[in-house]
Amino acid sequence: MKYLWRLLPFTFIMLLAGCGKQNLSALDPQGPVAETQFSLIRLSLYIMIFVIVVVFAIYVFVLIKFRDKEDDTHMPKQVHGNKALEVIWTTIPIVLLLILAVPNVMETFTLADTEPTEESMTVRVHAHQFWWEFEYPDYDVVAGQDMYIPTNTKIVLELEASDVIHSFWVPALAGKQDNVPGIMNPMWIEAPNEGVYMGKCTELCGPAHWLMDFKVIAVDPDTFETWAANMVEGPEDVTETGNEIAVEGREIFEASCIACHAVAGEGGNPQGGPALTNFGERTVIAGYLPWDDDDVNLEAWIRDPGPLKPGNAMPAVADLPYGDLNDEEMEALIAYLKTLKVLE
Amino acid sequence: MADHTVHSNTLPPNPEKATLEGKNKFLGFWFFLGGETVLFASLFGTYLGLRGGLNGGPGPSDLFHLPLVFIMTMILLTSSLTSVFAIISMKKGNFKGVLGWMLLTVVLGITFLGFEIYEFVEYYHYGLGFTTSAFSSAFYTLVGTHGAHVLFGILWISTLLIRYRKSGLTLTNAPKFYTAVLYWHFIDVVWVFIFSVVYLMGIGG
Amino acid sequence: MSYAKAQSKSTLWDWLTTVDHKKIGIMYLVAGAFFFALGGLEAILMRIQLMFPEFTFLPAQTFNELLTMHGTTMIFLAAMPLLFGLMNYIIPLQIGARDVAFPFLNSLGFWLFLFGGILLNISWFTGGAPDAGWTAYVPLSSESPGTGLDYYVLGLQVSGLGTLIGGINFLVTIINMRAPGMSMMRMPLFTWSSFVASMLILFAFPALTIGLLLLMLERVFGATFFAVDFGGNVIIWQHLFWIFGHPEVYILILPAFGIFSEVIPTFAKKRLFGYSAMVFATLIIGFLGFMVWAHHMFTVGMGPVANSIFAVATMAIAVPTGIKIFNWLLTLWGGRIRFTTANLFALAFIPSFVMGGVTGVMLATSAANYQFHDTYFVVAHFHYVIIGGVVLGLFCGAYYWWPRIFGYTLDEKLGKIFFWLFLIGFHLTFFVQHFLGLIGMPRRVASYLDGQGLNEMNFISTMGAFLMGIAFIIFVVSIFTSMKNKVNEADVWKDGRTLEWTIPVPTPEYNFAQTPLVRDVDPLWYEKYEGDGKMKAAEPLGDIHMPNGSILPFIMSFGLFVASFGFIYHDAGQTWLAIVGLLITFGAMFARSVKEDHGYHIPVDEIKKDLQKEGR
Repeated sequence: MKYLWRLLPFTFIMLLAGCGKQNLSALDPQGPVAETQFSLIRLSLYIMIFVIVVVFAIYVFVLIKFRDKEDDTHMPKQVHGNKALEVIWTTIPIVLLLILAVPNVMETFTLADTEPTEESMTVRVHAHQFWWEFEYPDYDVVAGQDMYIPTNTKIVLELEASDVIHSFWVPALAGKQDNVPGIMNPMWIEAPNEGVYMGKCTELCGPAHWLMDFKVIAVDPDTFETWAANMVEGPEDVTETGNEIAVEGREIFEASCIACHAVAGEGGNPQGGPALTNFGERTVIAGYLPWDDDDVNLEAWIRDPGPLKPGNAMPAVADLPYGDLNDEEMEALIAYLKTLKVLE
Repeated sequence: MADHTVHSNTLPPNPEKATLEGKNKFLGFWFFLGGETVLFASLFGTYLGLRGGLNGGPGPSDLFHLPLVFIMTMILLTSSLTSVFAIISMKKGNFKGVLGWMLLTVVLGITFLGFEIYEFVEYYHYGLGFTTSAFSSAFYTLVGTHGAHVLFGILWISTLLIRYRKSGLTLTNAPKFYTAVLYWHFIDVVWVFIFSVVYLMGIGG
Repeated sequence: MSYAKAQSKSTLWDWLTTVDHKKIGIMYLVAGAFFFALGGLEAILMRIQLMFPEFTFLPAQTFNELLTMHGTTMIFLAAMPLLFGLMNYIIPLQIGARDVAFPFLNSLGFWLFLFGGILLNISWFTGGAPDAGWTAYVPLSSESPGTGLDYYVLGLQVSGLGTLIGGINFLVTIINMRAPGMSMMRMPLFTWSSFVASMLILFAFPALTIGLLLLMLERVFGATFFAVDFGGNVIIWQHLFWIFGHPEVYILILPAFGIFSEVIPTFAKKRLFGYSAMVFATLIIGFLGFMVWAHHMFTVGMGPVANSIFAVATMAIAVPTGIKIFNWLLTLWGGRIRFTTANLFALAFIPSFVMGGVTGVMLATSAANYQFHDTYFVVAHFHYVIIGGVVLGLFCGAYYWWPRIFGYTLDEKLGKIFFWLFLIGFHLTFFVQHFLGLIGMPRRVASYLDGQGLNEMNFISTMGAFLMGIAFIIFVVSIFTSMKNKVNEADVWKDGRTLEWTIPVPTPEYNFAQTPLVRDVDPLWYEKYEGDGKMKAAEPLGDIHMPNGSILPFIMSFGLFVASFGFIYHDAGQTWLAIVGLLITFGAMFARSVKEDHGYHIPVDEIKKDLQKEGR
């Protein structure tokens, strides 16, 4: 019985496909790259389960049949070995491995086909401690944390890093590639279905490594074009919409925040933080804190980001040129941030 | 092991491998050199990976001056030859010859080291500091590690020469001289690779 | 030094200066066990932190230090020294030798390891341990603030030097010191696999030495190997590290394979099936172990050609490993299997290791590896091979050779409780981790977010870790409660096959009163069933030459220990310590070189007295 439960991966994997989160699991692929990888995972798993079953069968048989019994005094035959058997258990594994190796080599080359084509779109992915920057060279757009992509389009990613090594992983869409300083690594993804896919950094990059999450948001191609155009255009001007409290907030933003955070290409700097052009459409702050109705997390983050994401470079708001914010000023700043939207 | 005091006139033909201790030392030293080979291979690999990273600083073709390096190579090759003569003397039981040839080896080694220090100082004045570029770090580390090996060899052989200046050849010191010579050949071979990979390739390619 | 004088030293001085392979082996075992407990504690702390999502038991920085130190400690300071302990004690006995080839260097290797290990752990008290993972990838490691990584570099450099010396020592011992008749193809498998592992040490560790040297020069002296802005390259470190790091895996597992190949035949009462195939497979694994390092780097962008080559080469290792598994199974086939604790560990190894092995082949599938890489799937895989292989092997070897080394048997009843708790805890901890990785949990995360489906399996995993912790405590208790089970016969397990079971317990200082004559594989078994049950002697009784003890290895290692602080605090202007330390080391080397030491002789009368006491 003890060994039977080890055979569970067979059924277990089917259960787990339904377990895990659909937008985070490599076992429930949502795009062609992840599907290719999942099919190899399954192929290798089936071969390996076959191996395990054979070994366990012999093992259990041997342990039951040849255990020492009290009344048994016979001397086991001192067998030296058996050439035929050695050949068999050398050849069969080689065959099994070939069955796996051949498709693997083919798929390795398929997945490495990252040449941009007429239909493909390129996104440069810059990884920073501890956030992600997505640059769309064809559209002259830079976005932070959320990577919008059109559905059914081959997206060629050019991975780069600005400080240490990071690794770009969106399990539901594709396995990972590393973002290496000084080297550009290409990969590609494609999402047939609209949806939000969770991404994570998988290379240890410092204390907040575990919080370096991001999202890939697949929208239909028309929506994507709108998004990209509006990212260039910028969000609606708050003076035009007559949102007075947001106007006040913008003044604070332009005194303090804009030195690091660009909005529609204005402000920011290469060592700075993520662009905030569409910040109002985020559902989480700093990659992970839920954006609650009372803006508690957002306010806490602005006041003192240090402890919320250890090792991050953003200063507390009190240390910025505008200085500390009272409750009204904070409210104004948040009101402005909420207007930073490009879809709607 | 009462035989360790046996004197040179009754020594066997291969005194360095006549005792189990000698055999162990001989074999162990060969293994050690195997490890050293990987050590230098790693340094060579690093150097080859980084030699293009000049960071705007001087590069191989700006710096290397072949005649000087050629003289250094010849000196080191000659020192290897003199150490071979020392071993030939040892096989003949001529301990005076061993001491003399080894002394010459040490002198040549010191000369080589002097040239290398001169070379480094020149490069430094030319603007190639240790931290200037990835190339400079890799160059100084590879050639410097070799230089450190030469220095260690000089100290080692000198110690042997002083310690055994009056003892005559014994089954205890024969393996010591023999392994020291093996070591010296090894650093000579490494230098030949440095000469080819760093200097010739640096100027040629 | 006379024989009488050698006996009159104080105990402490005796252990500090000993060059006896048996005492050095015991010191390796004790120090290794200490570091094993320490690494285990670090693991438990990490599992507590991961018990609940977004738990705040430990700060993220501390967690990163723990994960770094857990890996580094377990690999360099626990697994390898524990194996070295067994190798030191057992190999000379198995090949019929009185000592190792270089007793002095053997002692030096131990002290270097110990001082390196202590150095590494001092970092906990000097402002933070290293925090860049045991792989210390640059530039995270080269730019890590504080001195933690400096301790990592120097601690590993010093202890790595010790390992390298130990490796050379075993190689020469095995080649030159075998008893008459003990040809290479009659050597016990533990000796064989230790031989191949030593070969791997010899050719793998220098790559680490250079990697660490470069990292030290970068951190301490401002070199620019890994500084991209200066034309440096960060991938070079990964190559150097894994050229060492992958063979390292086989350095650990091969001796463990050797242990199983001793224990299984003993308790199956049957000769090892396919001896020459086993030897051949070991050699192939050792060779291929050097060809596959880049399978740790499938995602760094080496391109599809390199990825495919390394994928196929890696898969190839499954073939010789499979050969070994089937040969063990066929050794059991037709035997009379006794379920002693030692054998239970060997038997549990087979299925556990097969599970770790098959995930290894899955990981070798480069295109699928993009999903597995750096997730908990990898964590599960290497714990399955290292615990399921190396640690089970160490416990197996401990129970098997304990009476030989310490003169008493470990309690079988407690041993079986320990075994079952440990095995169940192990599978509970790591089995679920395969799936954690596949459903989106990266490795080396200080915590995970709630609502991502990761909570339950992490909790299960932590429970398993607790179980393993409890099991280990039972083992430690049993060490002390078993001391009354004194052993007084040479062939403790009755079915011993190899030379270590032919000599009295406790093992005499000189091991063999007369060098034995070896007439077959499993020499003792051969004499029991083909001869008169006693080993034939290959030499008459006579004086036995022994090496003198020396304090110099301790002093040399201490010198490097001191020098390391000079490098670590170079920026703080403490470079003088490096000079002082190196002077101590080189001074001791000079003293060693100048002073001839011919050892001493144990007179034949003493040996005869011993033999009479044993009634032989």
